[in-house]
Amino acid sequence: MKKSDLLKRFLQIVIVLFGISFVTFGLTYMAPGDPVRAMYAASGTIPSEEILDQTREALGLNEPFLTQYLNWLSNCLRGDFGTSYSLNRPVAALLLARLWPTLKLSLASLVLMLLVSVPLGILSAVRKGGISDYIVRGLTFLGVSLPNFWVGLILLYVFGVKLGVVPVVSSGQGFDRLILPAVTLAFAMMGKYTRQVRTAFLEELNQDYVTGARCRGIKESTILWRHVLPNAILPLITMLGLSLGSLLGGTAVVEVIFSYPGLGSLAVDAITSMDYSLIQGYVLWVALIYMVLNLLVDLSYSLLDPRIKKGGR
Amino acid sequence: MEKLKRFVRKNPAFTLFFLLALGVAAIAVFAPVLATHDPYEAVLADAVQPPGPEHWFGTDRMGRDLYSRVIYGARSSLSASLALVCLIAAVGTFLGILAGWFGGLLDAVIMRISDMMISFPGMVLALAVAGILGASMKNAVLAIAVVSWTKYARLARSLVLKIRERDYIAAAKVTGSRTSHIFWSYLLPNVLPTILITGATDIGSMMMEIAALSFLGFGAKAPTAEWGLMLNEGRAYMTAAPWLMVFPGLAIFITVVVFNLLGDSLRDVLDPRDERQESGFGRKENE
Repeated sequence: MKKSDLLKRFLQIVIVLFGISFVTFGLTYMAPGDPVRAMYAASGTIPSEEILDQTREALGLNEPFLTQYLNWLSNCLRGDFGTSYSLNRPVAALLLARLWPTLKLSLASLVLMLLVSVPLGILSAVRKGGISDYIVRGLTFLGVSLPNFWVGLILLYVFGVKLGVVPVVSSGQGFDRLILPAVTLAFAMMGKYTRQVRTAFLEELNQDYVTGARCRGIKESTILWRHVLPNAILPLITMLGLSLGSLLGGTAVVEVIFSYPGLGSLAVDAITSMDYSLIQGYVLWVALIYMVLNLLVDLSYSLLDPRIKKGGR
Repeated sequence: MEKLKRFVRKNPAFTLFFLLALGVAAIAVFAPVLATHDPYEAVLADAVQPPGPEHWFGTDRMGRDLYSRVIYGARSSLSASLALVCLIAAVGTFLGILAGWFGGLLDAVIMRISDMMISFPGMVLALAVAGILGASMKNAVLAIAVVSWTKYARLARSLVLKIRERDYIAAAKVTGSRTSHIFWSYLLPNVLPTILITGATDIGSMMMEIAALSFLGFGAKAPTAEWGLMLNEGRAYMTAAPWLMVFPGLAIFITVVVFNLLGDSLRDVLDPRDERQESGFGRKENE
């Protein structure tokens, strides 16, 4: 990736973040419901109109929209995302505390998914048209069509309630609490990745270099592992980066099912209690992380694939 | 009639899945006939009954008949996902064609918005939008629509760009056709098949997203019979009444499978050139 490209990407990230900050702020501004009233309701008091108005004044909620937005934006740029009134703590600290559990969960599910999809994809590509190919393709179809929250519920019922081998509430730190949420997420991604691996392998197996290697009498296993695998696996890296990004935002449902203390369940709580500063902070954070991850993926691509560095493609 | 027979013989898979999809739609339409009980009538004396001859799928904590609720659930889930897909396909196609045809500033604005949506996990924004607008089926549909229309806009735009320099378009322009005429007679018919395929394959995943929002409490409101919401209600009674989460989930699964298969086979019917797509098990967009 050239320097000018990198600069362009940075600029793009800044522009998108700017747009997203505007959209989320606009949405929360237009939202029905009164945050000040909700704030007092959360602490259990019913204030008079006078006090409500004073609080609005103090919080700057009586200013015009653009002034409020610019104030908020400049605070964000200084790292101050405001205070969550439902939890009474700084938004940045809350998000930071929940980031690692979600990241851990996402990575675990990605690893788990790869352990299943790569072998299955290779198997179905090598045995194309065979029975195992049909079984694998049927399985991936199921994986794509099963709603992941239902899979989570069923897993929770079978392993948590019936067999009792894992805790029903995954709120602690232990590894066993990670398993079911990770399996659920992995299951949802498995179908897509198995197909991808299969397609990539089939494409590579049709290349001339494979025919050439076969003609020279090189062992089929050597061709498969030494030559085809590295080529076929490369496009997966982009997908993995994108998946990690969308997992950071998309684990919400699974986190709620397993009561897992991550970013997603925090966001759902924030939305339920109309905690606007927390919602805004969450959306901005996830957007930032997602885009930075994508940039890193693109950079790693040029490191891993020598053809791109030389400017071949 | 003869034509129909030939079509069926040529596309057996599509015919089968089309009939199955019609069957699901028929369940939604004829829900009052198929249901054995009133889905909203709470009989507290019958609360949390396991599946049996009187209540085929059991009853929930309010004593409502689960079978009837699942049947009625087809109405809300199906109508919401169809409305959603039609909405995003119409809006996306319209804006995409405009962007491709007129270019310039309009194109730049539409495409930058679409870039923004792509470089961002959609579910996060959908969650925020649905939550902020307040829980209702309409808002859930709107929230997902806001983040999903861009795919169709991109598709329509690229297809328009491909044909806008063709001779017949130039001929239409030279002979003084109005832009609206070009839009309806040349651009839209060219774009429609691809949009249809994409829309049909999207119904299943859109249904799951709506159900997910309802499950989180940002979609349908109680006491609506909606599958995602029913799963959420059944979650608390997992130990005592596992049937509450089995049947609504099964309903979602079956419906999604039918519509996914329908979408894939429709691709084979409308776009036979694309040999690389293995029939029966199509790919899913990277989300």
